[in-house]
Amino acid sequence: MALYNDTVMDHFMNPHNVGEIENPSGRGVYGSPVCGDMMLVTINVDENDIITEAMFKTYGCGSAIASSSMATDMIKGMTIDEALEVSNKKIVEELGGLPAIKIHCSVLAEHAIKNAIYDYAEKNGKHYKGLEGYVPETDPDAHEHGCQVDE
Amino acid sequence: MRHVYLDYSATTPVKEDVVNEMIPYFTEKFGNPSSLYAPGLEAKEGLNKARKQVADLINAEEREIFFTSCGTEADNWVLEGVADAYKSKGNHIITTKIEHHAILHTCQYLEKHGVEVTYLDVDNEGFVSPADLEAAITDRTILVSIMMVNNEVGTIQPIKELAAIAKAHGVLFHTDTVQAIGNVPVDVKDLGVDFISMSAHKIYGPKGVGALYKRAGINIPSFVHGGAQEKKKRAGTENSAGIVGFGKAAELAMNGLAEHAAHSDQLRRMLWDKIQAEISDITLNGPADFTRRHPGNLNVSFDYVEGESILLLLDANGISVSTGSACSSESLDTSHVLNALQVPPEKANGAVRFTVGDFTSEEDLDYVVEVLKKVIDTLRKLSPVNGMEGWK
Ligand SMILES: Cc1ncc(COP(=O)(O)O)c(C=O)c1O
Ligand SMILES: [Zn+2]
Repeated sequence: MALYNDTVMDHFMNPHNVGEIENPSGRGVYGSPVCGDMMLVTINVDENDIITEAMFKTYGCGSAIASSSMATDMIKGMTIDEALEVSNKKIVEELGGLPAIKIHCSVLAEHAIKNAIYDYAEKNGKHYKGLEGYVPETDPDAHEHGCQVDE
Repeated sequence: MRHVYLDYSATTPVKEDVVNEMIPYFTEKFGNPSSLYAPGLEAKEGLNKARKQVADLINAEEREIFFTSCGTEADNWVLEGVADAYKSKGNHIITTKIEHHAILHTCQYLEKHGVEVTYLDVDNEGFVSPADLEAAITDRTILVSIMMVNNEVGTIQPIKELAAIAKAHGVLFHTDTVQAIGNVPVDVKDLGVDFISMSAHKIYGPKGVGALYKRAGINIPSFVHGGAQEKKKRAGTENSAGIVGFGKAAELAMNGLAEHAAHSDQLRRMLWDKIQAEISDITLNGPADFTRRHPGNLNVSFDYVEGESILLLLDANGISVSTGSACSSESLDTSHVLNALQVPPEKANGAVRFTVGDFTSEEDLDYVVEVLKKVIDTLRKLSPVNGMEGWK
């Protein structure tokens, strides 16, 4: 009996891509310990806009950590445009599903990756369709994350 | 793999003596306790004995004990029953912000039906101030309900003093003693309380059995309507095997109280000492004075890491604990108890409750701390906020 399926447990117990790249091409953060989940993503991008490396550090529950591990696996080798298409839904699908109540904990990966790509685009004066009109937010939306802390 | 259960406040294993006492009530003494032939009368006798055992545990009379389906039912019954029976006197109930949901959600239900509820604050160790209680009582107050021992942080309230304040104002007093019985002395006469709620499965008895102590002379309506069981106060064919098990567990709890409390307290202190020696950046939640908290309870926040992930990694190593983290709750809120104690959310998210009990050994704790140290270390290496200045 386990709370999560084997794929999720495997990514949680032995997460891939843990760490922080030194002088990365892009760096993105999403969430905070106050809300229960926080993820830091660093990526390296080559001249062809391909993500050659992706690493993460996550504060959070099993679902948050497993999603971080899976999402960084997924974007490695992708072009920026492809990575911008990686939605929370796809990450959860790759994980073979999450308990309904835990879905909210997996959305941070999608956001943190987007923020890292945004950082890369800003630094390099690049424009991507998937980032049009995007304003990076580092604080989770109360509804998505259940961060209901009143300060 | 070694298995170490450190969640005795969630539930306890049923002791073998208790199981043995129960078995005949499933088999040869299976009769309906209301029936007038031998198997029924035998079952009835079992109920009577259990009633005496439970009454003795809390120094009550047998006629003051009403068996229920659980502690939650006893809590619901007393709140709804008093609100109904005393509605001509008033519609105000006083409770605290750290009660179990069995009390809090019943209060919320009653609020929808015209009852006004005051939720008293607690200090940062979980204690209710007697002065606050005194100040909250009005001439419309009909009931004060304050738990004796908190299930998350173990705070033991000064119930005798609080009950005396209610009494001086002619207000009824209820205390939820689900976490108290078997762990601290509970004497209803000495405490001067009118109602207490109890549950069997926290004292090495079976799940799905509880009881309400209702002081003789106080009348509240029945909660479950039907047959004449429990002096027409609680209908439904009695869970005879369960009640017999509760009785036996109560007897063992009474006879073993001092030993159980000393054993738990010694192990709990040992666990805290070991954790402090091995792991940095931690905070104790709840009373620092261990004589004022549940003897088996320890609640610790581990900085930079989240509770559910601690729980999962401990579970993978055979260790069972619980957490106050928002992520592991259905509501996605951090524990209402830790919030009331002003524990900041980022610390509440990293809070772990350990409760030791009769089957916990020193070797268990050595193993737990060895694993815990590794688990915290692993998660901190994974954490983006480890050691970060102003890390929230
Ligand atoms: C303080 C307190 N009250 C009430 C209950 C509910 O008891 P039961 O599980 O028997 O319904 C519990 C158990 O979790 C508790 O800890
Ligand atoms: Zn989570």
